[in-house]
Amino acid sequence: MTPALLHRLILAVADDVIAHADELTELDQAVGDGDHGINMKRGFEAVRVDAGATAEKPLPDALKAIGTQLVMKVGGASGPLYGTLFMALGKEIAPDASNLSAAFASAVEAVKSRGKSQPGQKTMLDVLAPVQMALGEGGTDLSVRLPIVAASAADATIPMLATRGRASFLGERSIGHMDPGARSSALIVASVCRALEG
Amino acid sequence: MVRQMVGDSVKLAYTGGDPGGGLGTGVASIREAIDRAWSEAGVAILVDLGGAETNSEMAVEMLDDERRGRVVVCNAPIVEGAVMAATEASGGSPLETVRRTAEELSPQ
Repeated sequence: MTPALLHRLILAVADDVIAHADELTELDQAVGDGDHGINMKRGFEAVRVDAGATAEKPLPDALKAIGTQLVMKVGGASGPLYGTLFMALGKEIAPDASNLSAAFASAVEAVKSRGKSQPGQKTMLDVLAPVQMALGEGGTDLSVRLPIVAASAADATIPMLATRGRASFLGERSIGHMDPGARSSALIVASVCRALEG
Repeated sequence: MVRQMVGDSVKLAYTGGDPGGGLGTGVASIREAIDRAWSEAGVAILVDLGGAETNSEMAVEMLDDERRGRVVVCNAPIVEGAVMAATEASGGSPLETVRRTAEELSPQ
């Protein structure tokens, strides 16, 4: 992982999230309080501003720095969750990312713990957990397969009943809408994979 | 409402708003509120919805060792819990008692 590649990765993810802010807002208006897009955009704009400096750090430190930025700037329910994801990933990952699968598994556990949540409740975990499983299975073409896993996992949240987070207050009315956190997770996974491919 | 019950005998701080200043929550403003409410007896935090709870937990984790053990997030409804907690605190009760009093109202 060179600084140049890391820089490209950070910018790619930040730009994608920012570009989809309106979509995330709409999804969150349907089942939440409508702030997911605005919050994520603010957080990733801050990440974007610091991208150059962050990319000069070793990968673990860069991820921790991004996580901290997200905690401090995203706010809402997602700030602590995405912040924890990146911070925990940074804590476990080797500088050369050789233990990516184990580190990501650890990060997903940290999100479960932070959010007091499990897959099946219609949250970002319903994308992160399948992605982590696919990563764990390994194999070729991960950067092609993972976005597909993530996207179908996000789609799979549409018919789910929300039993965690703000959407759970809607009960049955949460059915028929994609979970915004699932969408943003899938976006980020796709973004990382695309940047690594290109 | 809390001030009506206990006057100035209890240090109180409130916060709301996301890092952009809109409706919501954020770790930085919670940390500032902890500072404003700080006394040697510690701080009991009462929150409204889920985002506030998670951000409060993270804010507490970021405190230094000296303070971290003396800040608790209460599992209580915010209005009733705050009033109960403040009343308990104004009587000089320790932090754990304040928390328990606030949480009496919540399903266990």
